[in-house]
Amino acid sequence: MGCGTSVKTENQTKKSEKAIKAAVLIQRWYRFYTARLEMRRRYTLSIFQSIEYAEEQAQLQLSNFFTFMMDHFAQMNGHGPDLISDIINCSREGQRKTMDYEMIEVPDTYDGPQISFPLTVSDTNILLHAFKQEKQLHARYVLQIFHETQNFLKQMPNVVHLSTSYSKEITICGDLHGKLDDLLLIFYKNGLPSPENPYLFNGDFVDRGKNSVEILIILFTFLLIYPNHFHLNRGNHEDPIMNMRYGFTKEIMQKYKIHGQKMVRLLEDIYSQLPLATIIDNQVLILHGGIADTTDLNLLTSFERSKVRGTSDNTTNFLFLHIKVVDILWSDPRKQNGCLPNSFRGGGCYFGPDVSAKLLEKYNLKMLVRSHECKQEGYEICHNGKVVTIFSASNYYEEGSNRGAYMKMGLGQTPRFVQYQASKGTRKLTLHQRVSAIEDSAFRALQEKIYAHRSDLMKAFKEHDHKETGKISISDWTSSMEAVLHLDLPWRTLRSRLARLSSDGTVEYNSCFEDLQIQQPNKEVQPSLVETLQRYRTDLELIFNIIDKDHSGLISTEEFRQTWKLFSSHLHIDIDDETIDDLAHSIDANKDGSIDFHEFLEAFRVVKRLDGK
Amino acid sequence: MAGEKETAEAIVSDLQKKITEAFDVFDHENNQTVDVREIGTIIRSLGCCPTEGELHDMLAEVEEEEPTGYIRFEKFLPMMTKVLLERRYRPIPEDVLLRAFEVLDESKKGYLTKDELVKYMSEEGEPFTQEETEEMISAAVDPDRNVVLYKDYISAMIIED
Repeated sequence: MGCGTSVKTENQTKKSEKAIKAAVLIQRWYRFYTARLEMRRRYTLSIFQSIEYAEEQAQLQLSNFFTFMMDHFAQMNGHGPDLISDIINCSREGQRKTMDYEMIEVPDTYDGPQISFPLTVSDTNILLHAFKQEKQLHARYVLQIFHETQNFLKQMPNVVHLSTSYSKEITICGDLHGKLDDLLLIFYKNGLPSPENPYLFNGDFVDRGKNSVEILIILFTFLLIYPNHFHLNRGNHEDPIMNMRYGFTKEIMQKYKIHGQKMVRLLEDIYSQLPLATIIDNQVLILHGGIADTTDLNLLTSFERSKVRGTSDNTTNFLFLHIKVVDILWSDPRKQNGCLPNSFRGGGCYFGPDVSAKLLEKYNLKMLVRSHECKQEGYEICHNGKVVTIFSASNYYEEGSNRGAYMKMGLGQTPRFVQYQASKGTRKLTLHQRVSAIEDSAFRALQEKIYAHRSDLMKAFKEHDHKETGKISISDWTSSMEAVLHLDLPWRTLRSRLARLSSDGTVEYNSCFEDLQIQQPNKEVQPSLVETLQRYRTDLELIFNIIDKDHSGLISTEEFRQTWKLFSSHLHIDIDDETIDDLAHSIDANKDGSIDFHEFLEAFRVVKRLDGK
Repeated sequence: MAGEKETAEAIVSDLQKKITEAFDVFDHENNQTVDVREIGTIIRSLGCCPTEGELHDMLAEVEEEEPTGYIRFEKFLPMMTKVLLERRYRPIPEDVLLRAFEVLDESKKGYLTKDELVKYMSEEGEPFTQEETEEMISAAVDPDRNVVLYKDYISAMIIED
């Protein structure tokens, strides 16, 4: 029988060798496939990130422009244009009547959460439960919570000192950006706040997400109940002007039509009263953005932070302090040594490992924890382990784009990180579906940018195309993209998604714009103006929001004219008055003297051409 | 001749720019190094399809004498340029991949059961991690029949690519 068996065994060995070979081949192919998807995912994130940075810089530039205008016109003792003094008055008003909420009746028909003051733990449970079911808290309660928060924060120092000797540990969370699911997930995984389970939220609670109001209500409620074990640092989005651009003001006005405006005003004051930094166990400094080489913690401790609002006072001292606060709220670490100011005026800086090391040494600290930047894994450690970024909004750019994380630390412990990803769908998407989804939206955003700079790009392309063939080399194409768009992106790799190659391996540069168009029903507007409008759409929207004090979405044609003039002087765009008048006239379709500017701006959004190739 | 040489140089310079872009994506510290665990993604994203064993050999070539856990760009670039110029580790053609699945489908059913696929991928050859296995299953298994219709799966994956 020996013989037969041995043949069989040999066959089996051959067979299993073949199977192993087949398995290796499939594994090899699959790893190749996933690696390439992973690379696409990384590129996608870099697109989102670079566009976000470019936008934030534009935002800072615009805020500075407003500060300048207000300072400038305030000196004219109200003799400036009405528009400007109106804006100033708007932000100064409203501090007076804060006790209003007592007059607001809660109707019998109200079916949202019922809470009572002074707030207790059971109220937090009621709120969390109600918000999970997407119920809304009545304006009366919201205003009272905001009002009590405002009173409480007044007595807090700029820099809070904490000790973990009682609780042993503290949990630090980064940006939430209105993403309630993430906050609820953190509480679910890590337990509700209590004296034994203290928390610190490191700014950027609001904007972008849909539930900024609910997040503030929850955070403020815990703050009022556990003032010694629950802490908040201010972020760069705790700023009224940022809220007008990034959606929080809109959210409030939609949810609280009648009392929303009061909330917006109260919040402006609350923001300015939020502590700027926290130091734990005299060892770890926690603040939202970062530091500059000029950051002085003693100075930071001593000045009156409420003076630094989103908008301004016009003293030199104010400007000086304003820059200090902007540094804390806006700065990002960088890999190289040194401290490079943001290329626009007064917009925070990029600080190197040497800057971190020097500051930590000066104040005898061990580590800097900051937030402010989305990280793919929810956290990142840099500067030789001395600087930690913690970011708690998962799926920040798009479903599946990044994880969120929180950090736990105590005296003499190595910090621990807990990662998570809030997910809505029950169906698990494949890797390819996840990557494709975020990729599509990233390329859409990028193409909008490209389209908005069409004439500058064409000019740059044509400089390399003396014979007017419509084709340039790949290198010339990438250098043109870099020079015009100032986005730090791997253009060579992204090219295949953005522009077509001709048979001789050169780029047909017109193809970058091919399947895009501006959705613009208005034929009267000059093409160059269309491009300008598109490029600065978000800036314009913000200016309109400021002018539109009651947030109705309507402004007068006169206000529109003034805005546009102001704006074109800010951007140094030369457009004559007549063109502006024509524009104003053409968009006031029913000639009633008011303009729906949301609709107006929507018309200048870049869309994929439906009949595109 | 001169023309040919120029073209060759242009090809090399083009390849090296591609390699640099891919490397930069993972160079988080901006100091011309990447984590050794991410080198596989970089190499594969550049169109090479090595086995884990072959990847290991490539790594050995560029690693420091005292492994630091990081790979330096100046060592990676010449190795990668050479590999790409020689067109080594080419991607697997569709028909070859299909034949591999057919080998595993011993009784020629036209499909693999979920358990069969999991067993082969996580126990044989260069075994998958649990994460890799789960990821593959999520896309490969037909949810209605709970089997892998590998012919359909392959054509779907090739189109996606």
